[in-house]
Amino acid sequence: MAKELWKGNEAIAEAAVKAGCKFFFGYPITPQNEIPEYFSKRLPEVGGCFIQAESEIAAINMVYGAAGAGSRVMTSSSSPGISLKQEGITYIACAELPAVIVNMMRGGPGLGNIAPSQADYYQATRGGGNGDYRTVVLAPATIQEATDLVQEAFDIADMYRIPVVVLADGMIGQMMEAIEWRTPKKRELPKKSWATDGTNGVRPHNIINSLFIDAGDCTVQNRKLAKKYQLIEQNELRYEITGEAEPEIVFAAYGTTSRIARAACMRLKERGIKASLFRPITLWPYPSEALKAEAMKPSVKAVITVEMSMGQMVDDVRIALQGAKPVFFVGTGGGTIPVPQEIEEEAMRILGR
Amino acid sequence: MTHEIIISGFGGQGVMAIGKTLAEAGMKEGMDVSWLPSYGPEMRGGTANCSVVLSRDPIITPLVQYPTELIAMNKPSLIKFEPAVVKGGLILVNSSIVEIKAERTDVRAAYVPCIDIADELGNLKVANMVMLGAYIEATKVVAFDTIHEMLAHIFTGPKAALVELNIEALKRGAACI
Repeated sequence: MAKELWKGNEAIAEAAVKAGCKFFFGYPITPQNEIPEYFSKRLPEVGGCFIQAESEIAAINMVYGAAGAGSRVMTSSSSPGISLKQEGITYIACAELPAVIVNMMRGGPGLGNIAPSQADYYQATRGGGNGDYRTVVLAPATIQEATDLVQEAFDIADMYRIPVVVLADGMIGQMMEAIEWRTPKKRELPKKSWATDGTNGVRPHNIINSLFIDAGDCTVQNRKLAKKYQLIEQNELRYEITGEAEPEIVFAAYGTTSRIARAACMRLKERGIKASLFRPITLWPYPSEALKAEAMKPSVKAVITVEMSMGQMVDDVRIALQGAKPVFFVGTGGGTIPVPQEIEEEAMRILGR
Repeated sequence: MTHEIIISGFGGQGVMAIGKTLAEAGMKEGMDVSWLPSYGPEMRGGTANCSVVLSRDPIITPLVQYPTELIAMNKPSLIKFEPAVVKGGLILVNSSIVEIKAERTDVRAAYVPCIDIADELGNLKVANMVMLGAYIEATKVVAFDTIHEMLAHIFTGPKAALVELNIEALKRGAACI
């Protein structure tokens, strides 16, 4: 198939439509506005519905409703707007409904700015809302990968009845790259027998709820969720390792910063330093074992985590390595992007060269 | 080779369009391409720039720190980005409104009066296409025919006459090199 030039935000919206998403509810915020804009034109063409809600909180609760009725539904926002959606996300997680949430991260905390950032890692991977719950978190590094992952996000959401977060940043949302449309590998998805889509006067009522007022019942629900999360940890881990086979330095980075770390790997190679890049594609579940295996290679002297934050994923890297190898951090917060030279120089400093 | 281009000017001068046209043409010729806009809280009349990478190899990062070519559509762009251009690189200057010259001697600079030429062609909006023509002539990064095909695809029906206008703008720009 011929390649097409797409802007990240628009490609993500079209990928959702191709995956059968019929409903989008959102509220504008830079740098993701092209997503709702695209849906507003496109969804009526496929018999779907776009609503610009009165707020992010209203939008996520519309998602809750449409998901409960068994439809493929999505919302998107950027960091401060995603914060507002957290109440709805924890309700959706507890009620075990499938939904896709795209976060085009921008500088924070607070209202921050509109520049690219990765500072919502904790929020996405630890659950920004209350209670014991998880969302699957997918982190694309290219527009091609964003379109592939958004399509698959709907399948993962349906498979496990779980909210799936696609975590990217303003740069991925705003840039254009050439892509080709691909379809994810086919999964056998369970029927949505739980959906509140009408009884036809035949079957008993389905009830969607996140209130378990009896502590015993709530414990049962928590255990059920925990078991599901274990299954996801077994089945859905994704990562990519590139660079030298016997590295002295392993970089760990996701999304936009993985591309900058890759550029640093190439620069180091020119200076005779072997480096590899470990790029988690799922941030939850986190591919800890694979990272540890890469870092435990005898040639590896240190692991350097690179993020557009003041250091968040670095915690997961430390958890994965359990002190087995030294872990360092290079990052920048508030909407600036690290340059390859900074990363390269940190590697040289650590190696004492 | 890998072309890492910064195209910069006032909002409304068509700098984003130059970049998108180059990226699409590169893609059509089988190159790996990326287009990354500046997207600050800008408004009409403010500054705007985009980074474009065109390569026969896979593109690692779309961020351009040290451009191989700079297209400066206004004076602030020339002042801001000239120091970053790689040694032996190319600077194209919109000499209709930029009265200064590039200061560096280790880069090649060419001056294209693209607004004057567009005015002669009767449509100021094609000033960016004049500059694109100069860029393609100077770098040979894509074929003019590829752009021609794209224009024929964009401008159809009542707008078909714009194809020839744009082609003429490209040619006049190329003639400046």
